[in-house]
Amino acid sequence: MKHLLSIADLSAEEITQVLDTAVSMHEVQDRQVKKLPTLRGRTIINFFFEDSTRTRASFEIAGKWMSADTINLTGKGTSVSKGESLRDTVLTIDAMGVDMMIIRHPASGAPAQIADWTDCSIVNAGDGTHEHPSQALLDAYTLRRALGDLRGRHVAIVGDLTHSRVLRSNLLCLRALGAQVTLVAPPTLMPSGVAAWAAADGFETSYDLDAVLPTVDAVMMLRVQRERMSGGYFPTAREYAVTYGLTARRLGLLQDHAVIAHPGPMNRGLEISADAADAARSLVLDQVSAGVAVRMSILYHLLAGEGDAQ
Amino acid sequence: MSPAREREVAPPRGAARPPGGREVLTGDDIQRALKRIAHEILEGNKGPDDLVLLGIPTRGVPLAHRLAVAVAGVEGADVPTGSLDITMYRDDLRSQPTRAPEPMKVPAGGVDGKVVVLVDDVLYSGRTVRAALDSLADLGRPASVRLAVLVDRGHRELPIRADYVGKNLPTSRSERVMVRLHEADGAEGVWIA
Repeated sequence: MKHLLSIADLSAEEITQVLDTAVSMHEVQDRQVKKLPTLRGRTIINFFFEDSTRTRASFEIAGKWMSADTINLTGKGTSVSKGESLRDTVLTIDAMGVDMMIIRHPASGAPAQIADWTDCSIVNAGDGTHEHPSQALLDAYTLRRALGDLRGRHVAIVGDLTHSRVLRSNLLCLRALGAQVTLVAPPTLMPSGVAAWAAADGFETSYDLDAVLPTVDAVMMLRVQRERMSGGYFPTAREYAVTYGLTARRLGLLQDHAVIAHPGPMNRGLEISADAADAARSLVLDQVSAGVAVRMSILYHLLAGEGDAQ
Repeated sequence: MSPAREREVAPPRGAARPPGGREVLTGDDIQRALKRIAHEILEGNKGPDDLVLLGIPTRGVPLAHRLAVAVAGVEGADVPTGSLDITMYRDDLRSQPTRAPEPMKVPAGGVDGKVVVLVDDVLYSGRTVRAALDSLADLGRPASVRLAVLVDRGHRELPIRADYVGKNLPTSRSERVMVRLHEADGAEGVWIA
């Protein structure tokens, strides 16, 4: 592995290896000395052209705990705002001799394009509505910790699926690990062409959350992007909360062992009620703490071995 | 390939065939050596107090557990036992494909102020032990650290020696030393080829 651009580039074995390594990395979080020498002398740039809290912070912490030098750049405050092209900016950074760039960009495919332009390792930390592979890996890691082997487990992914990059990565990752997946959303928020996609990749779709919930081992709620509320995707926020939100009533429909995940940031009262977000079976904070461990594992597999940017 | 990497990965359970070559230790020899080492550890430490046994994966881990059983047989005391993965501390990471590290299991009491005995199957270049010492330093500050190995085959590349040795085995660099344990391999013994 040199880049992490899409979950589709990983085999089931590689995914499992990243998740297994994360188990060991998780243990580092409980130590007094949170430092491994593994990536000493490596330089990692976090290049974020979009806002982010947890992804950027956890990639930076992951790099620092593995002794890499990590530097943060954002679109604002760099020469990008003076009109420098993406290609020139990236080649400038590359010329400084960095080993890895972690890229978040509003345009789908930007990290893949950058991987063509430079020699360094590229990690896609979210590109447009395309993919967010590290999120999918940490979600799978969290679910695996809660449920054990995911083969044959049933996971529902619910919410704003049209605009979600987390959806695509999660779907690929969960399918690769053998889980059964059902997508639930109002018709307006289903990705276009989902029927053909579902037939090809072997997953289900539904418009009826109440019918799906009693059958799942995990339900993953995706954020409804309030900024798109005026787009006419659903009449009112309240109607969405009643028909597709994980309300206190819907909690009662879940099986006893079923767990709740949300990649964050949460809109409490919209797609997820406070009762669900704070329930004992909610994995929201486990996902955040897994984020650092899984990203350490990603950095290790991309940067530590042979055949890297050197 | 640097010598430190020539550690074998355990084959799946059930692959119980001997690896071939000349057998230098039988299963019984291994048990006798471990029993002697257990006595030596207790003698050096003047009893089982503050002892912690940490095995280095893969085969150091079952050896550490067997040593703990042997110590319990002598003194009737349970010695905390764990494993210390050194993958992240290797000095040859860049020349190898990455592999998933083994889980790290440190006993609940930690290592601070303890007498830690590192346990491994073969002592060769000493680089694994160097990595283990670094890893241990990140976990805490033991009162002292000792090294117990089943086989010392020589050819050290670092100033490191073992305190407790099951068998000193003069080898040439071109030879391979293969340790097989019931827990990891199904077979039992040490072969040289």
